[in-house]
Amino acid sequence: MLLKRLYESDRGGMILLAALLLAAIVVPLLNLAVPESSPFHLSTYTVTLLGKYLCFALLALALDLIWGYCGILSLGHGAFFALGGYAMGMYLMRQIGERGVYGHPVLPDFMVFLNWQELPWYWHGFDMFWFAVLMVVLVPGLLAFVFGWLAFRSRVTGVYLSIITQALTFALMLAFFRNEMGFGGNNGLTDFKDILGFSLQADGTRVGLFLASAIMLALAYLACRFIVNSRLGRVVVAIRDAEDRTRFVGYKVERFKLWLFVFSAVLAGIAGALYVPQVGIINPSEFSPLNSIELVIWVAIGGRGTLYGAALGAILVNYAKTYFTAALPELWLFALGALFVLVTIFLPRGLVGLVQGRRKPDRPPPRDETPSGETPATTGGPGA
Amino acid sequence: MIGARTAFSSLMFGLLLLAGMGAHALAAEDFTAAVQSLNAKNFTAKGEAIEAVAATGHDRSVVVLRAMLDGRLYYRKKDRRVVIVERLDKGFRLTDAATGETLGEVGKRKVRKIAINNKLRKRLRAALARLSLAHHDPRVRHQSVTEMLASVTPDTIPLLESALARETDEAVSELLRTALALAALASTDREQRLQALRTLEGNIQPEVANRIRRLLDKEKDGAVRAAAQRALTAIEDKLKFYGFLETLFFGLSLGSVLLLAAIGLAITFGVMGVINMAHGELIMLGAYTTYLVQALMPDHLEYSLLVAIPAAFLVSGLFGIAIERGVIRFLYGRPLETLLATFGISLLLQQLVRTTISAQNVTVANPQWMSGSLEINPVLSLTYNRLYILLFALLVFIVLLLILKKTSLGLQVRAVSQNRAMARAIGIRSGWVDAMTFGLGSGIAGVAGVALSQLTNVGPNMGQAYIIDSFMVVVFGGVGNLWGTLVGAFSLGVINKFLEPWSGAVLAKIVVLVFIILFIQKRPRGLFPQKGRSAEH
Repeated sequence: MLLKRLYESDRGGMILLAALLLAAIVVPLLNLAVPESSPFHLSTYTVTLLGKYLCFALLALALDLIWGYCGILSLGHGAFFALGGYAMGMYLMRQIGERGVYGHPVLPDFMVFLNWQELPWYWHGFDMFWFAVLMVVLVPGLLAFVFGWLAFRSRVTGVYLSIITQALTFALMLAFFRNEMGFGGNNGLTDFKDILGFSLQADGTRVGLFLASAIMLALAYLACRFIVNSRLGRVVVAIRDAEDRTRFVGYKVERFKLWLFVFSAVLAGIAGALYVPQVGIINPSEFSPLNSIELVIWVAIGGRGTLYGAALGAILVNYAKTYFTAALPELWLFALGALFVLVTIFLPRGLVGLVQGRRKPDRPPPRDETPSGETPATTGGPGA
Repeated sequence: MIGARTAFSSLMFGLLLLAGMGAHALAAEDFTAAVQSLNAKNFTAKGEAIEAVAATGHDRSVVVLRAMLDGRLYYRKKDRRVVIVERLDKGFRLTDAATGETLGEVGKRKVRKIAINNKLRKRLRAALARLSLAHHDPRVRHQSVTEMLASVTPDTIPLLESALARETDEAVSELLRTALALAALASTDREQRLQALRTLEGNIQPEVANRIRRLLDKEKDGAVRAAAQRALTAIEDKLKFYGFLETLFFGLSLGSVLLLAAIGLAITFGVMGVINMAHGELIMLGAYTTYLVQALMPDHLEYSLLVAIPAAFLVSGLFGIAIERGVIRFLYGRPLETLLATFGISLLLQQLVRTTISAQNVTVANPQWMSGSLEINPVLSLTYNRLYILLFALLVFIVLLLILKKTSLGLQVRAVSQNRAMARAIGIRSGWVDAMTFGLGSGIAGVAGVALSQLTNVGPNMGQAYIIDSFMVVVFGGVGNLWGTLVGAFSLGVINKFLEPWSGAVLAKIVVLVFIILFIQKRPRGLFPQKGRSAEH
């Protein structure tokens, strides 16, 4: 029933889901069933790359939910992504067991290297998958809850919020670079061997991770779509367009923002957790403010406030990045920089807006109404 | 022992420079003869020759004895002339030991070293110490006594006493008395030790505390122990106080860097409400301008900074105006989009520098007057570059304040920032004011870059290091308030430096960031919030 209603109101989303379904069928087939000699064979490298793009799409979806629909521009979403990744990385680290370079039964290599005698308390429990998954959800969620509770309660909005989220991820980056933190310092966590008993090097595991990412992205999309179509979603859009007015009408603006922020952070954490086993490493540079800002540009290019646009933007920009950094490494940063400038000036509604045509001219919002200065009332799907 | 020797070498290097300057009208032949006699057959004769050279009191005697101690005193085989050599890749460059006349370069086989043994080394050091204590420049005497503090023994007392009797300079006399008291600490007479401790109470020469600690280790006499303890406590209290002053200075220095980095931002962000993520890159452009200016005028390094300051102001200012006219103008009223677009510009500028100049860091030279330090006392010295940058930051602040408060541009800027529509209605060209304000803020960033090039590495990524800090300063101080920026910068700098000894630099930074995040929750508009209508925007 939900699908039916969605099909009627959300053409773009249906295309995205159909594309995901197609990929989920075709990619494993081309990788596992087609022999390597065939020109149709899809290498495991490509499968992993596609899986990585899907994780980024999930992350972009998480950001679009709060930026596109609630006007909260978080420049620290990479932090939640990385925290989810670290939680998964810790599980994978514990799975290495005695196969590490130093062969210690419990301690990961870097702890042996640092002469640590026992496992720090926060590493306990990560040998169990369910516990790690719980932490993937809890740690980013809790951080978002505490941070958001403090920030929204004292009505930190707009650019101030953006800047302190950036400070948050910057502070976390500095912290995780320290060896004393017990997360592997500079090098982070790497050398993973297997997940749930399946070897990470095996083609089957890679395909499985790809499928998990695709399914997770589809589920997250449906959940986000459900949220923005619900009554809560309409309040959230109202908050974006006129926060004070919504407050005066009688809604607890802070609570809506807080729950949406926490949900978004959890999605980002899950994206990170799916990302780490596929790329095989997590290190503090994932916290760098640059990553979080790049994430924002994926969403902006795809078209914010559409959900599927964010996923599209993430996949397109990362494909371009893969291509350019290999072919023309000098040009990539020029291209990225130019994208930021051109998209904000000429494509305020992103590629999706371009496809849909310029039905509504963009106008700056009245200044006294939206301190966050978001784009005006362009609501979500094409049906709006 | 080795430490004392190297300290001694550095002292002698200083002497070497000074000795070359003046020439005493002494019997030159006597000196030449004495120097020639250094090349004697046996060590006993050489020892006498050393005393003879020292006794002449000739300016070059220090140079010659020093060279002998360092194993650089040779003689030329063909005429047995005593020479000082400088080792080159192949062979030696010779200088006449007695006259300082250059004798050209020769192969290694043309000269032979004048050998010395340990006994002669000891004698050479003693002679050099005597000579330096008798030097005519009080600064040299001061330094030589400082170096001697580490090695004074009761044997040195006569030497020091005779020096004290001759001494005319107050600071050197003071130091000589310290040295005498240190020597007396090792005395067997209890009264003398007590007397010495009374003299040394609160003396912060690093050697004094060491000596007293050593004395405490083996001293048996109760009264002496108590006196020593008291003297040591007084010293430690003083050290603590100066340590505090030093940390404060470092904090203020960091604060001045933050102020310079943030003050341009305070204008563009505070006054205009524009988030300029490319601000750090405008600082970087200023630093690179310094580099280019120095490359263009390699012979006038001393003045390069004076040229670089206006040049950097112009370069960064013009870039700023271009950014404002080309991009930001289309995004007024949409701060989040401005943030993204200017971030893109920052990537472009970084990559521009990487491709046109170099992806590596470049070296920017410090002019002579920026290096060295102002020594207030043996434990507290302030480096000139930090001191000048502190003063420079304050100067920039005052100039900026005057521009905003006293000029017509400043008046228009404030008018536009408070109410754009009304300002336009009374005939202010708001577009022009925007461009000028942005240019001014960017130009100041460029000037900050000149200052920072004297403290840190100059590279394409240097701007990134400052952008978050600068935003923190502006937000902490209160947006739209230059005084807030001043207070914010200095308090963050000082807090950071006082946290560092406890927690390490990285953790201090994290603590400060977390502190600001919490602070903004409490006071979302900073230390000095704007009041009135403009506060609502």
